[in-house]
Amino acid sequence: MQLEVEIASKAYTNVAGERQQVLADINFALGDGEVAVLVGPSGCGKSTLLRILAGLDRDYQGRVSRPPEARIGMVFQEPRLLPWRSVEDNVRLAAPEADDAKLAALFAVLELEAHRSHFPGELSLGLARRVALARAFAVDPEFLILDEPLASLDDALAARLREQIAMLVASRPITTLLVTHDLDDAVRLGDRLFLLSPRPARIVAIVPIATPRQARSEADISGIKAELARLNLANS
Amino acid sequence: MVRLVSFTVFLATWWIAALLAGAEKLPAPPAVLAAIVTEAQSGALFFNLGVTLARVALAFTLAMSLGSAIGYLMGRVRLANRLGDPWLILLLNLPALVVIVLAYIWAGLTEAAAIAAIAINKLPTAVVTLREGTRALDAALDEMATVFAIPRWRAFRHVILPQLAPYVAAAARSGLSLVWKIVLVAELLGRPNGVGFEIGVAFQLFDIPLLLAYSLTFAAVVLAIETGLVQPFEARVVRWRPHAA
Repeated sequence: MQLEVEIASKAYTNVAGERQQVLADINFALGDGEVAVLVGPSGCGKSTLLRILAGLDRDYQGRVSRPPEARIGMVFQEPRLLPWRSVEDNVRLAAPEADDAKLAALFAVLELEAHRSHFPGELSLGLARRVALARAFAVDPEFLILDEPLASLDDALAARLREQIAMLVASRPITTLLVTHDLDDAVRLGDRLFLLSPRPARIVAIVPIATPRQARSEADISGIKAELARLNLANS
Repeated sequence: MVRLVSFTVFLATWWIAALLAGAEKLPAPPAVLAAIVTEAQSGALFFNLGVTLARVALAFTLAMSLGSAIGYLMGRVRLANRLGDPWLILLLNLPALVVIVLAYIWAGLTEAAAIAAIAINKLPTAVVTLREGTRALDAALDEMATVFAIPRWRAFRHVILPQLAPYVAAAARSGLSLVWKIVLVAELLGRPNGVGFEIGVAFQLFDIPLLLAYSLTFAAVVLAIETGLVQPFEARVVRWRPHAA
């Protein structure tokens, strides 16, 4: 799926009645199967941008073009599971076309087999995030949106989940947009990184990563991270 | 077990009170039981209970379905809320007696008038409860359903309805108790049968065993429906909660 984004401005009126600009001049395009990562300080407007791209917010100036019938899989910042449905039913509700074999494979990759019949209230945050990931992948998304899917997880679990995401994204070309404030996640998962400024967010640098994801060595990763740190310093 | 003890205490208190007050004012349990048996043998007891229950069922269903729909609409659409709110406040505070009397005057002493009057009395509480429930709906889950393109009716069934279910249960519970009270008044004032009518007759004849016979069997039926239907339903809709209160 191709995605073209030309957002001139996004503003909203806060409770105090003041007009606040959240996004300014966000222009970029993603090719089919490309994994883009948005990196920016917290509160800069990343989630607002994702909501616009997901079609949840139409109150902005500009244009977002994607095939209207494209299947979207989204992982929100909080898991957003239905507490009154089991793990399996949560996934099946979003993805009624997914067959048993596919779900079994997905649950195996995300290590959720033992929790199929559990209710979300019985799960830890890490497990709930994995269910949200399973739901997003189960719909066979053409456009995958991940809003800080690894936030507030401990390092070991975050690293495991990151590998699982990398594996799932590699299994099929899925145009992906990942939002994170963690440079490590960004460098390990992305094909192209977009660095955002503080609010109102604009793109301050675009960093393509030439080495394919699987071939990236630890040296490559620390090299790119050093470059990013330098860019960030230059811009602030 | 506890219930049995509490029932025995009730019977004993009644019996002692009957001995103290005299049979003219408060007949002892056997006299009332005899009245119940007589009425049951003639079939009148079952007929009148059945008629009353049918009215309760019709009025309750009417008020719940209409009230839920209106409440949902008023919770979702601001204009509907602003249009409906004054009417809601009026209906909420209108005495049941006024509604019943006006219904009989305007629609005649008919079955439809009785059922409509009962339903109108219950309607506003259902509207208010469901409006609150609709306002409390989780917007985050709505967004999830939108992003995943879950079809409207599926989203309503799996995302919206489970959130409304506790409110429906609460509206049913409070509404049913209101209907139990009002149905007898409506029958007393303008129907030729039903528990309310029989209690009216017993009152005019000062037939206290008959009066108690109908009151107690009616209370027993209410109790059976509350424990057999309403409470299991309430327990069912919150079963997903890890620690249901």
